[in-house]
Amino acid sequence: MRRYLTRKIITYVLAFFVGVTIDWGIPHLMPGDPIQNLLGRFAGLNSASYAALYHQFAQAFGLNVPLWEQYLNYWKGIFTGNWGISIWATGAKVTTLVFQAMPYTLALLVPAVVLSYVLGNRLGAAAARRKWLDNTVLPAGYVFQAIPYPWLALVVPYLLGDVWHVFPTAYGYGQGLIPTWDWTFISSLLDHWFLPFLTVFLVSLGGWSIGMRNLVIYELENDSSRYMRALGANERVVRRYAYRNASLPQLSGLALALGVIIGGNIVTEVAFAYPGLGHLIFEAITNEDYFLLQGIFIFIVVGVLIANFVIDLVYISVDPRTRLSMQGSTT
Amino acid sequence: MSESVSEVPKAPDTPGAVPGAVATPVAPVAGAPVGLGAGGGRVRRQSDFLYYGLRNKKLVFGLTLELLLLLLAIIGPIIAKYPDQAYTGFPTQHPGSKFWFGTTDAGQDVFAQVVNGLRDSYLVGLIGAMSAAIIGMALGFIAGWRGGILDEVLQMLTNIIVMMPALVLIIVIGSYLSHPNLLFEGVFIGLTTWPWVARAVRAQTFTLRSREFVDLAKLSGKRPVSIIVKEIAPNMASYLFLVVVLLFGSSMLLAASYDFLGVGPTNSVSLGWIMQQASNEAALQLHYWWWFIPPGALLTAMVAALLVANVGLDEVFNPKLREQ
Amino acid sequence: MSISVENLSVAYRSHRGDVTAVDNVSFTLADGEIMGLAGESGSGKSTLGNALIYLDPRMKQIGGKVMLDGKDLPIADSRAMRSLRMTEVSLVPQYAMSALPPTRKLSKLISDLLKSHGIHNRDEVLAEMKRRIALIGLKDDVLSKYSFELSGGMRQRVTIIMSTLLNPSLLIADEVTSALDVSTQRAVGEMLLEFRDRGFIKSAIAITHDLAILAQIADTITIMYAGRLAEKASTDTIVNEPLHPYTQALIASLPEVGVRYDQGTLTGIPGRPPSLVNPPTGCRFRDRCPFAFAKCAETPPFEEIKPGHQVACWKVTEEVK
Repeated sequence: MRRYLTRKIITYVLAFFVGVTIDWGIPHLMPGDPIQNLLGRFAGLNSASYAALYHQFAQAFGLNVPLWEQYLNYWKGIFTGNWGISIWATGAKVTTLVFQAMPYTLALLVPAVVLSYVLGNRLGAAAARRKWLDNTVLPAGYVFQAIPYPWLALVVPYLLGDVWHVFPTAYGYGQGLIPTWDWTFISSLLDHWFLPFLTVFLVSLGGWSIGMRNLVIYELENDSSRYMRALGANERVVRRYAYRNASLPQLSGLALALGVIIGGNIVTEVAFAYPGLGHLIFEAITNEDYFLLQGIFIFIVVGVLIANFVIDLVYISVDPRTRLSMQGSTT
Repeated sequence: MSESVSEVPKAPDTPGAVPGAVATPVAPVAGAPVGLGAGGGRVRRQSDFLYYGLRNKKLVFGLTLELLLLLLAIIGPIIAKYPDQAYTGFPTQHPGSKFWFGTTDAGQDVFAQVVNGLRDSYLVGLIGAMSAAIIGMALGFIAGWRGGILDEVLQMLTNIIVMMPALVLIIVIGSYLSHPNLLFEGVFIGLTTWPWVARAVRAQTFTLRSREFVDLAKLSGKRPVSIIVKEIAPNMASYLFLVVVLLFGSSMLLAASYDFLGVGPTNSVSLGWIMQQASNEAALQLHYWWWFIPPGALLTAMVAALLVANVGLDEVFNPKLREQ
Repeated sequence: MSISVENLSVAYRSHRGDVTAVDNVSFTLADGEIMGLAGESGSGKSTLGNALIYLDPRMKQIGGKVMLDGKDLPIADSRAMRSLRMTEVSLVPQYAMSALPPTRKLSKLISDLLKSHGIHNRDEVLAEMKRRIALIGLKDDVLSKYSFELSGGMRQRVTIIMSTLLNPSLLIADEVTSALDVSTQRAVGEMLLEFRDRGFIKSAIAITHDLAILAQIADTITIMYAGRLAEKASTDTIVNEPLHPYTQALIASLPEVGVRYDQGTLTGIPGRPPSLVNPPTGCRFRDRCPFAFAKCAETPPFEEIKPGHQVACWKVTEEVK
């Protein structure tokens, strides 16, 4: 297990390294000059003020030193919490903006992922043994798996918001409210949270159900299940063992699907104008705020790494092979 | 200790996770799973394949639906009465005999837009799946065949790539590029989804390379490349095919998300773009349902047909899954 | 007598029609008898053995009946069989290497199996299992391990102990030595004999294609060919005085210890077993038999031609008369 953990940690460190490098590298390798773009917003500059302003910005953003030094400075900034300053929300620190948006995104993501995973697994396992359930769950699951995030993010608010006026369809809370910890605000928060949550939840639900169903079917027919049946174990026990075996690949699948789920989350937030990280990204794009974009990217990379790590820990505790194996990779 | 997903090419087997809105390894390798084609029991004869293939409801249904949609994508733009971007002068029309899917608030024919968008989707799906397949198969074969340090490096690489949030990455890259096009989008998707293929191929190569017929080929002096191509690949072919089909579907879904956010190609009409336009023009609040319902519905149908056909195909290839 | 099988036929469905894998098979086993069931791949021996304990859902019994210790053994009724499995009839499967679930400790597995059978004195049974594990020379901490922590040979033996834990009347051992090295094979063979001698199992059917192991452990050997029984006799008789042409060819094709290659060549049996989708009429060995004659177009009955010696061959019955 030590070797397993070491490998994992190396992977995380490398991933972080690659992520930061890509993040730093893109603006510098892309055509165009970010400061020029910035200055393009200021109308009526004569060449002297332009040059002065250019020099000023170059200094402020640390762009007037050689590339390798810029790279190192970037790293330094990451670790000292200085992730740059937003251009769009002029002057606000990237970290501030990110941390403001983060709770909204987490409130959306975590329950949606956890619930869809747990319920999806239950549904899939149940479908694996009841034919009638299988015949409804399976087609429904395929359809939901096939729905593009943007579409659901349009149809759901359309039906439940615009047609049937059950829920609001945009923003994080009522427009006229001031964030305070009172019931009006909180209920408004929940009201606005529900539809985006439902969207992310529904799309993932189908996938987990189908995956679990297939895994359970496979496990129910594997050698140890057959052996237990041959020795007269009742079907309930056989099923229990099958579920246990099936949940391992599912857990790995969760770790692997995180990147995708985050993507879907972003799309949903944009569609709902929900003030989370996804929406922030969108604002950054439309306002050409590259620094904000970069900061958010790092943040998400770190988030994914942490989530992966948590799942790895859970996996170790559930799979005796990983826990006890003293070897490295098996062939 | 290898990643558990890699040893189970699931759909059933396995397991295998596929990206897009698809969250789990179906199959394969699933995985795994989905079961994505469990180990033994490959269909050997052509007749077996045809027999079971034609009788598998899922395969027939999925394939038929997909072909119909493909047909729509091909002849749709031809039979559409207006070019996709043209202004017909009849804004916000409900669907009717004149405009089958109605018009946008600027008077563009939604039907024309949608069928042209279908084309884009198929194309990007193809490019994405092919790029991912080529890269993934090449790297997966090498890692599985050689093992050792090469394999460790590949595993590290796939783990890292999988962890990168692709959507944010394409946003960051895309916002710096002035004119993203379809090819770029497709290749980008391929570059971010090849790990799925590589994992599955690697796992299968590992299992197969230690089988006797490979030893036999080695003993008779065949070169490694020849062994890979002639002995190992045919045995994996069915499984690989399943993975590529899934990737095709997920590429389409990913592209729709990217287009919706505005980082996709801007010189052509795509289904994601249509939905973005509808959203921007407050189609929801104004109840212009014909604008945003058709593109998403058709895309769902395209991907769902693929998924269902894929499962049917898996059942044909892997007798264990058949419900008899 | 322990087991009596009368005219048993088992078929499975394939898309080309029903395939009768076990065709009208009859034999009996006495208490304490270990019978070897040998034949080529596809002869139906595995189907026959497994049908006696767990009829795969794809198979169906299409005739005959089975009695165990004087009572009817309802092999076609899976629900009725459940309480008899492991307690009266037990199985060591062909896939014993992967039969133990990878994510549960062995002690937990036993506990769950016992619970399934409504056995409540689990501690006593576990203690007995530990005794038996020590008996065959393994350390009893095996129980607190996971299956992947054990070697192949250990897994095979632990599976045998698990399968025989409740002292079944009949043990079906399917290819128990095929995946092992020679010395472990011997150890497993001796284990089966010891279990029978101590009364842990009453009788056993050892299914294999390896006649050598049968020579070590079996009291009688039954040879099966293309779904039918060809010959059944004591091990000694089968090895030294086989009567059925197929058995004779089998024995003759075994390499003899001590014979050098320049002293003789290995002979096989030319030809292949017939397809069971559309089996030929009459004796199924006819096409490969050097002694075939006209009467062989009729199916020879499997009958006792000498005490304790049954053969299905016209040539043999004619000669005896």
